[in-house]
Amino acid sequence: MKNIRYLEDVSTLVFNKDKCVGCSLCTVVCPHQVFEMNDGKAVIVDLDGCMECGACVNNCPVNAIEVNPGVG
Amino acid sequence: MFQEYDEKKVKSTTINPEELKPSGMKSEGVTILPSMNGVSQACISDSGSLKPINEKDDSFEKYAKPGYVLSHFVNRFMDTDAGQIPVVKTEMMLKDMLATVGARAGITRNNYRVIPGLYAAGEPDENSEVLVTANFKLTFDILRKNLKKLNVWILVLDTVGVNVWCAAGKGTFSTRELVRRVESSGLDKVVKHRRIILPQLSATGISARDVKKMSGFSVIYGPVRAQDIQAFLENGKKADPDMRQVTFTFAERLILTPVELNIALKYVLITAVALLVISGIGPGIFSLKSAGERGWISIVFLLTGLLSGAVVTPAFLPLLPFKEFAAKGMISGSLFALCAMFLSSASSLGISAMIALFLFGTSISSFLAMNFTGSTPFTSPSGVEKEMKQFIPIQAGAVALSLVLWIYSAF
Ligand code: SF4
Ligand code: SF4
Repeated sequence: MKNIRYLEDVSTLVFNKDKCVGCSLCTVVCPHQVFEMNDGKAVIVDLDGCMECGACVNNCPVNAIEVNPGVG
Repeated sequence: MFQEYDEKKVKSTTINPEELKPSGMKSEGVTILPSMNGVSQACISDSGSLKPINEKDDSFEKYAKPGYVLSHFVNRFMDTDAGQIPVVKTEMMLKDMLATVGARAGITRNNYRVIPGLYAAGEPDENSEVLVTANFKLTFDILRKNLKKLNVWILVLDTVGVNVWCAAGKGTFSTRELVRRVESSGLDKVVKHRRIILPQLSATGISARDVKKMSGFSVIYGPVRAQDIQAFLENGKKADPDMRQVTFTFAERLILTPVELNIALKYVLITAVALLVISGIGPGIFSLKSAGERGWISIVFLLTGLLSGAVVTPAFLPLLPFKEFAAKGMISGSLFALCAMFLSSASSLGISAMIALFLFGTSISSFLAMNFTGSTPFTSPSGVEKEMKQFIPIQAGAVALSLVLWIYSAF
């Protein structure tokens, strides 16, 4: 997917690092590898790759992630 | 494109007859002989023979029910503590392939469903893994043909005949449906362990934590694509990074275009009629001759716009400049319009007619290309909204201008 990219700076993805407990489920479910694990916490490595599908939001056990498509 | 899913219907306690039926059967009035179709090769002939289907194995007789027809993809049945479970074939039959073509073309799409419930592939036992999938027949077919050497259970959810990802996005491949289906299928009696493997792309509709809380089963997210299932299982249920990544290859894009065309078709026909009428307007108020001649040329540009926006732009998406689909559609649409200009007799109509046709073909292409954002696995809704706000005024303005020029050019 690295060769097909959509618009930049539009994703409404918000990540709260303080809440993250490092379960790494977001890196598993994301279809675009937006997250990576680093030092026991998730980090956003490709914000523009996010398609706001909500998979990470639904599966994060501590609600550390938010995405609000259609509110921009 | 998709039918609305009635959540209330799912919640209500009235018994759905489909649930009483073992999966793998469908009710179809009083058909008798066709039920043999595909069950055993020996019985496909229309000889009307009433011999047992298979001398050695009387299991079909045992499971036969008046009024029910065996699904052609079911091989046999196996008895479990949760009742009879149909065992699916992992080979595709001609019937499946033809139906796949029909579904891809958007002809049979809405009725192309599998009855939800528990199925088996191979010889699964109480320790075998459970794979969860959607009841869109294409999705089900892709899964079972990738299970050739495996012994697994398949739990089919009712996603109203929609594929995994779209269903997850629409809320039909949901935590609630999964929990409900785990219960109604008696899965806890069939397997000793408490884990289920879901396609990764269903995660949009599922909360693994809630599934665990409500059903006792832990969710494991499997690979994106069914063809990686075997490697995933052999690998100790670990997916390689590329098994986790969505792709959108040329072939994957191209296969979506018949449905794009199908959706656009109705609007194209209406527009074509409108074009014939508008093209008849001229010095003599309305002329049939002019409606035919000028109308025909304008329809050529409508069709080039359609081809460019609904087929060429999707197929060559990464090669076209700009990130906005509408802009990509303009580029390819204008190239197509220029070609049509040279190949048709448009140049004899004068400069304002030519500009009108060019603007028209380009806008149609741009609009249809923008529509394609709804079918890709990487466009964010926020991005699409931004693009639409930006480009719809341009497209509408160009069409309006082209209309004025077109009518003006007739005088
Ligand atoms: S919303 Fe979807 S694409 Fe975006 S980070 Fe979450 S899982 Fe990945
Ligand atoms: S799913 Fe939530 S808690 Fe787990 S790693 Fe990602 S952000 Fe952290």
